[in-house]
Amino acid sequence: MITVPLHRAAHGRTGDKGNRSNISVIAWDPALFPLIVEQITEDAVARQFSHRAPSRVARYLLPKLHAMNFVIDDVLDGGVNDSLNLDSHGKSLSYLLLELPLTVPADLAPLLRGG
Amino acid sequence: MHPLLVGCAAGFSGDRTDAALPVVETLIRRGGPSVLIFETLAERTLALAQLARKSDPDAGYEPLLEDLVRPILARCMEKGVRIVSNFGAANPRGAARVIRKIASELGCRQPQIAVVVGDDVSATQHRDALLASLGDAGNGIDIASANAYQGAEPIADALRAGADIVVTGRVADPSLTVGPALAHFGWAADDWDRLGRATMAGHLLECGAQVTGGYYADPGYKDVPDLAHVGFPIAEIDSDGHCVMTKADATGGVLDEHTMKEQLLYEVHDPSAYLTPDVTADISDAHVETRGANTVALRGVRGHARPPTLKVNVFYEHGWLAEGEISYAGHGAERRARLAGEVIRERLRECGPVRVDVIGVTSLFGDDAGKWFGAYPAGDALDVRLRVAMNHADKRTAERLPREVTALYTCGPAGGGGVRTSLRKRLGTVSCALPRELAPAWFEFVE
Repeated sequence: MITVPLHRAAHGRTGDKGNRSNISVIAWDPALFPLIVEQITEDAVARQFSHRAPSRVARYLLPKLHAMNFVIDDVLDGGVNDSLNLDSHGKSLSYLLLELPLTVPADLAPLLRGG
Repeated sequence: MHPLLVGCAAGFSGDRTDAALPVVETLIRRGGPSVLIFETLAERTLALAQLARKSDPDAGYEPLLEDLVRPILARCMEKGVRIVSNFGAANPRGAARVIRKIASELGCRQPQIAVVVGDDVSATQHRDALLASLGDAGNGIDIASANAYQGAEPIADALRAGADIVVTGRVADPSLTVGPALAHFGWAADDWDRLGRATMAGHLLECGAQVTGGYYADPGYKDVPDLAHVGFPIAEIDSDGHCVMTKADATGGVLDEHTMKEQLLYEVHDPSAYLTPDVTADISDAHVETRGANTVALRGVRGHARPPTLKVNVFYEHGWLAEGEISYAGHGAERRARLAGEVIRERLRECGPVRVDVIGVTSLFGDDAGKWFGAYPAGDALDVRLRVAMNHADKRTAERLPREVTALYTCGPAGGGGVRTSLRKRLGTVSCALPRELAPAWFEFVE
């Protein structure tokens, strides 16, 4: 088993509407998808964003795309209305989510990117 | 029935103005019925356009309109490529007049131009319905603009009536694609599966290069060839609404299953209920299939009945955003930047909370309250930029932040340079829903 940042197993993009962020997590390979589903949970994501005090994290599975969609409420300090962040849309936040650790069995390691 | 080609040449106001010509030339080369769309109207863009029109009745359409249209208008008129865009913003008639002028100057055939109206619901007759729908969110706000997201039908009606160009204000972004598909294939307005599929084709197109390798590259992980000349997308839509996505010929970028998936999920919440004025699209069973180089099909999309109401975005004036930056380099740079941040906080203590970031150390992932920044270990970064920011309802109070940052030149830590400051009006927004019958939309030809 090795533990790697999620960005070696998946990619994603952030979108925003108001004070809500959605972040996709898309497996680089279908064989990695079950591991990602098992480990990258709503709780794990809520912990990763805890300093931004999200009121709710919902996860939607898209098994035919080998992807998940996280919807994170009230995570943008008011978003483009009120946020003082340079990135008031939260466009960079996919890269915070993709820092989450993922434990991968050695036989699947060749499917990882980068590193 | 012959498929419909829809090319997209802009994904927001401020997108590249040289993107359209390769798309148009590719549409012409492939032949058959085709449409060029420009999506240039983000939520905030329209509110700014409304304010621009208030100060100048001739303004309020997309500021880059001429630069977008001039390079391709003659070719589109010559070859019958129709144009559909929301670049009318707050003034579709004003935009139509500009296009007429460009056509005259180019000496090409004068296009038949239709405008879609009915999205602006800021007038007094809508006030009571808006305030009722807003509830508490409407208390005490001074409404600067209110626009309903209109759908595909008035666009389709205009095209069926012979429009070469359809200029809209606020319509749902995917409706720019669904309108031409409705007109071309003659689907019923409640053919939910077909409308759902065309909607997702429109969704893949609406951000321009975001599906063809733009906003995607990550060297070593996601390599994109010739990103500097990234090609914009073209959807080939069949009579069932299914699409095959490609990109303009002889351009850079990449369109593969991964770029498709990233854009498919962009700004989606519940994948089984992507709401537009036309349909509730459902991608929970969707999948993508490679059909060739830079050619990927989207399959498995369904549709359900459209929502009974229209979404309305209301904008209001919302105080001032003050920002300031100053850089430090060399020995102790990070410590000096952090000290400068403490000085600004102390100087503005009675004005309200100030956000502090050190660009080059941490500046994006943190929260406004500073929980993240406070916990971030101080280090020895050697080239950093302090950024501070504050909101305030009162302009004179907000102005104090840029002045204090400038004063760091003589009163702050050693060696600070490159001060930049800004003070901007802020717009707030709230959304609500209006019954469709209160906000009808229709098209009119512009003489």
